[in-house]
Amino acid sequence: MTRSKMWALAGAAGALALVLSACTGSATPGDTAGGAGQKIKIGIKFDQPGLGLQEGNTFTGFDVEVAKFVAGEMGYAANQIEFVESQSAQRETMIQAEQVKLIFATYSITDSRKEKVSFGGPYFIAGQDLLVRADDTSITGPATLEGKRLCSVTGSTPAQKIKADYPGVELVEYGTYSMCVSALESNGVDAVTTDNVILAGFAAQPQYAGKLRVIGEPFTEERYGVGLKKGDIETCTKVNDAITKMVETGAWKKALADTVGKSGFEPDDRNPPTPDACS
Amino acid sequence: MDRISQMLSDYNVLSAFWMTVQLTVWGALGALVLGTIVTVMRVSPVAVFSKAAAFYTNVVLYTPLTLIAFFFAFGVYMKMRISLVPLSSPHVTHSFLMGVVALAVYHSSLVAESLRSGINTVPAGQAEAARAIGLDFGQSLREVILPQAFRGSIAPLGNTMIALCKNTTVVATIGVAESALVMKEMIEMYADLIVPIFVIMATGFVILTLPLGLVFTWWSKRAAVLR
Amino acid sequence: MSVQSVLFDLPGPKARRRYRILAVVGSIGIAGLVVGMLWLLRAEIAPQRWVPFTDPVVWTAYVLPGLQATLLAATISVATAGVLGVLLGVGRLSHNRLLAAASGVFVEFFRAVPVLLMMIFAFYLFIFTRVFTGSAASLAGVVVGLTLYNAAVIAELVRSGVHSLPKGQTEAGLAIGLTRGQTLRAVLLPQAIRAMLPALVSQLIVVLKDTALGYIIVFPELLQSAQRISANYGNVIVSYFVVAVIFVLINWALAVVAGRAERWVGTRQSGTVMTATNEAMPPIPGLRPVQPIDQIDD
Repeated sequence: MTRSKMWALAGAAGALALVLSACTGSATPGDTAGGAGQKIKIGIKFDQPGLGLQEGNTFTGFDVEVAKFVAGEMGYAANQIEFVESQSAQRETMIQAEQVKLIFATYSITDSRKEKVSFGGPYFIAGQDLLVRADDTSITGPATLEGKRLCSVTGSTPAQKIKADYPGVELVEYGTYSMCVSALESNGVDAVTTDNVILAGFAAQPQYAGKLRVIGEPFTEERYGVGLKKGDIETCTKVNDAITKMVETGAWKKALADTVGKSGFEPDDRNPPTPDACS
Repeated sequence: MDRISQMLSDYNVLSAFWMTVQLTVWGALGALVLGTIVTVMRVSPVAVFSKAAAFYTNVVLYTPLTLIAFFFAFGVYMKMRISLVPLSSPHVTHSFLMGVVALAVYHSSLVAESLRSGINTVPAGQAEAARAIGLDFGQSLREVILPQAFRGSIAPLGNTMIALCKNTTVVATIGVAESALVMKEMIEMYADLIVPIFVIMATGFVILTLPLGLVFTWWSKRAAVLR
Repeated sequence: MSVQSVLFDLPGPKARRRYRILAVVGSIGIAGLVVGMLWLLRAEIAPQRWVPFTDPVVWTAYVLPGLQATLLAATISVATAGVLGVLLGVGRLSHNRLLAAASGVFVEFFRAVPVLLMMIFAFYLFIFTRVFTGSAASLAGVVVGLTLYNAAVIAELVRSGVHSLPKGQTEAGLAIGLTRGQTLRAVLLPQAIRAMLPALVSQLIVVLKDTALGYIIVFPELLQSAQRISANYGNVIVSYFVVAVIFVLINWALAVVAGRAERWVGTRQSGTVMTATNEAMPPIPGLRPVQPIDQIDD
């Protein structure tokens, strides 16, 4: 290899890097223009069965159904919706950076989050619950977990909550809920804890049919809202009107039954909720 | 400054680094033992052993440590229900032990490669002399080759130990409360202090690895076999 | 020398019988270990857990995009680390004390800090400052972490490569009237970089493996693909196994390329470069240089 060739090669490698980074960079800026004829970017979870799950090339789940309905009411056809993955740690930032217009991703309304974003909804009231094996009758609630193995995601709040209230519980932490549920199936742990509707999403999957059961005694209140830009009352109002309409027409109930409901999961009497006033 | 001290009282950085040190020490011991066994198998006259050792070394060398950690923490402990201590032991003990095993297995392949390179520095005359005085395979390996090979491979072994110390962070992915996990939690709680947090944690690793490097350099010079 | 050939005598009839017995015992032992593991995992590797992988959509929707992300992050990182590493290596060789010291501190610092810490730091820094968001933040975090560490390793390769060249090269360059900078650029670096080639390819294996650390900052690479597949089908063990096989195959191919490069370089030049691993230590006087081996450090 001659010297000039060597430098040419090095230059080519550098140029390739630039091109590649430019390609990925161009996907970053958010297209937030609303209205008909344009696309709307909506943040959802990609790995939460029953709520927001990438199933091959499509997305399924209750969050996805509500998102589609709301976007439809706002004048977007199904093919104008672009779903973007919004990981838990990044939800506020993605809205602030206008990378997505709305977020439907098991997004609990809290005061600290309200400092950075505004919320439409809530469209569902979830609560922390327990998932156990269907034939295990020894666990009926958090108080019966003494000496049992409880799985949750590393560093997550549901796990910390149980640990603080019931020190006799043996906490097992894995990186994802799929690992926890898989461990539950093979008797590695005795229960999995997080929001009831997330647990129901796993129980509703065909491979776990009849094997797992949500206890059905939620002991916290998590109000799932629609994340949107702080102070955007116009969008918030549209979202709330759409949710109200979805509940009134029965589409809300049907969407729930078609997704997480397949596990036999019934929403408790806090549902369907009435959206908060926009502010 | 106040917030930094507030944060340091919330999160026990020292105990996180103590965990890192423990993982390093036990992981290193395990890696040395496993790596030596694999090396002996690799140079043994029995083809099955040398092939199995070569296969093991390559597969482990080409697999990300994250996957090896998953395999032990989830596959072996959770699914096969095998652990080094009784299954009724606290879960933190299991995840710590599985972290150590994963680190030992992953770095045993690096140790084996270091030792093999060390064996290559031993002149053929040494092995021939050992055979000439009637030592068998085990004796010549034990008495002549390996002692010299160890001395010749101190430098690469030192690098493996430094790599191991840094790689302890990877077992954060299986939930062992060491420095990387604590750093992640601190950043999520004290977002504004992200730069000081990184400086503190990075300095911790410089403090751990720099002396390690110096000791191994000094040792490898001292132990060098004059030829 | 081939170690095996001198470590033991040509086996006689007795030794051959002993080896044969050992081989049988060893085979049974290894087979027993494998079968035992498979038996304990029998529920996890049952046929229905593999069925999803017969569906092409599982490959096009999860595995291939994950592989693409892994390769993309590795390619960008290698390119940026290569450029930065050569600059740092040259900086460290510079006669400007300040530049040499600064490059030295940079190199030593980033070699001492775990890649994962750098990834986590860069990822959150990008999010908080909103330089990158979404999956771009994850990619940028992975690339920055890998670039900083590997640039430091490559800088050391460059330095050792230049040092390993015969002194006559520098002297000849200066004698024909080149400046120090010109000698470095025109005479030393091209030879050093060529000598580095095998070590560079080996470093690629390290980079590729380390992209898997992006898992913790939710970079959608291969491990993340495995996680999504198992979220769909509940086949955790099988999904991660498939991903592991992909990693082993790619890295094995890279190792073959590194071996070829080593032979190619060996036939063409005089100076040798030790692999990244051996280079954290200065060459040891009195010891024969450790032959480059296909060893990988990280």
